[in-house]
Amino acid sequence: MSGEVQASTEEQQEMQDTVVSPEKAEEVKLKARYPHLGTRPGGSDLLRKRLQKGQQKYFDSGDYNMAKAKMKNKQLPTAAAEKTEITGDHIPTPQDLPQRKQSLVASKLAF
Amino acid sequence: MMAGVGGGNDFQWCFSQVKGAIDEDVAEADIISTVEFNCSGELLATGDKGGRVVIFQREQESKNRLLSRGEYNVYSTFQSHEPEFDYLKSLEIEEKINKIRWLPQQNAAHFLLSANDKTIKLWKISERDKRAEGYNLKDEDGRLRDQFRITTLRVPVLMPMDLMVEASPRRIFANAHTYHINSISVNSDYETYLSADDLRINLWHLEITDRSFNIVDIKPANMEELTEVITAAECHPHQCNVFVYSSSKGTIRLCDMRAAALCDRHSKFFEEPEDPSSRSFFSEIISSISDVKFSHSGRYMMTRDYLSVKVWDLNMENRPVETYQVHEYLRSKLCSLYENDCIFDKFECCWNGSDSAIMTGSYNNFFRMFDRNTRRDITLEASRENSKPRAMLKPRKVCTGGKRKKDEISVDSLDFNKKILHTAWHPKENVIAVAATNNLYIFQDKIN
Repeated sequence: MSGEVQASTEEQQEMQDTVVSPEKAEEVKLKARYPHLGTRPGGSDLLRKRLQKGQQKYFDSGDYNMAKAKMKNKQLPTAAAEKTEITGDHIPTPQDLPQRKQSLVASKLAF
Repeated sequence: MMAGVGGGNDFQWCFSQVKGAIDEDVAEADIISTVEFNCSGELLATGDKGGRVVIFQREQESKNRLLSRGEYNVYSTFQSHEPEFDYLKSLEIEEKINKIRWLPQQNAAHFLLSANDKTIKLWKISERDKRAEGYNLKDEDGRLRDQFRITTLRVPVLMPMDLMVEASPRRIFANAHTYHINSISVNSDYETYLSADDLRINLWHLEITDRSFNIVDIKPANMEELTEVITAAECHPHQCNVFVYSSSKGTIRLCDMRAAALCDRHSKFFEEPEDPSSRSFFSEIISSISDVKFSHSGRYMMTRDYLSVKVWDLNMENRPVETYQVHEYLRSKLCSLYENDCIFDKFECCWNGSDSAIMTGSYNNFFRMFDRNTRRDITLEASRENSKPRAMLKPRKVCTGGKRKKDEISVDSLDFNKKILHTAWHPKENVIAVAATNNLYIFQDKIN
């Protein structure tokens, strides 16, 4: 008798979770799209990405040779490699190189 | 309508001015990255992604124009930071100005600190309205006079000239941050200031550029163990030994510099208890504090996380005393906000001069104000459509349910590219500056 009551309470809780918590529903959606999210080891990806925020990488012959040496026994990385990789793990390609900076002009707020 | 600062009158926000280009194509360099009034409110500074600072000055109120307060006009503009390259790490250093903080005025010149990711600069902005004329050795355009023509000795005279405002870098505080600077804060002793990056906080003396004290260091010995980063820091407005810093985990630590040289151990730890059953993948991300600001009184502090603004009493660490929902309707959109990176947007918040109201930005060029006394809130929009002089701003409403009323906007129609991350409130009056991407809006309350 008590087992049945317990089961229905759990069911109710689950129903409540998706009905009451929009956040949990969103999480379910996200995990469905990215099943490997949060399973990669080695510290928080988000924090590391944050520490290297927006940093563009230029070609560096030292990086290039180090990466080549590391890759000797592995497959080459795909072209869509993350720009947030730590120095030495990533071989920059011409597509990764950023555009040249604009020349410095006056702010439009000053007019 | 919200109760006003001036004792019980409702105030009504009206459009005053808008600065910046109208074109649809916004150059990245023109995106405003910081807005700050100086201590008197006479000057308003903006910094942008292109490393430029523009300072506006309020014109003197003339007796003729009783219906409007002084407008802000361009006073000075200069290139504060330029793009740099870190050759050792093969990384570019952005020239984007992350923060501007004014020093209290002590003489005729104005001083401000501006910081990009790596370097802080102290700028002096001074006026020149006289020049010396009648030099002996050179003539008016600077050319050396023919020595044989000099037959008499004269004393140069100071003559009036058109006002010239000059900005010059007086100090450059460099090479003290491995990670990206997110905050600078001038201390109440007017001698020191702090700068904070993701993992460390440094204390500087305004006169000394070749060294700084490290006062907080949360870098773990093994970076794989990194669990949180510093997101913002501020000095207490009156107690020069106290400062706070916030983290990506939604906590705030208050530190006392009298306790130890290295303030890794906090004096107070502020955290709101979380209901473990409501925890989700997004919980930590949306709890990350993007801004922390002390009240002018120094008794409270305010924190901004992704969905709310919280007011904390410094005497109570276990929960905030007030919580205001900024855009709770986004909670059911977190999945797409994560995918388009909006969930990482860093909104700032600010107090009004009397600490009775707080303001913060949202999406679709909306910004929100909360009256702490009446608990009323209002949503307003910074838009060129409401930009007739002294036009009153109409409150805006986001529709969350099924039936959308006229004038409401549905959550799915919000433009997430129009973010108001930076706002500032005049220290004494009801004048606010709102940065909407590349435009700066100034609003004032209607004068009755």
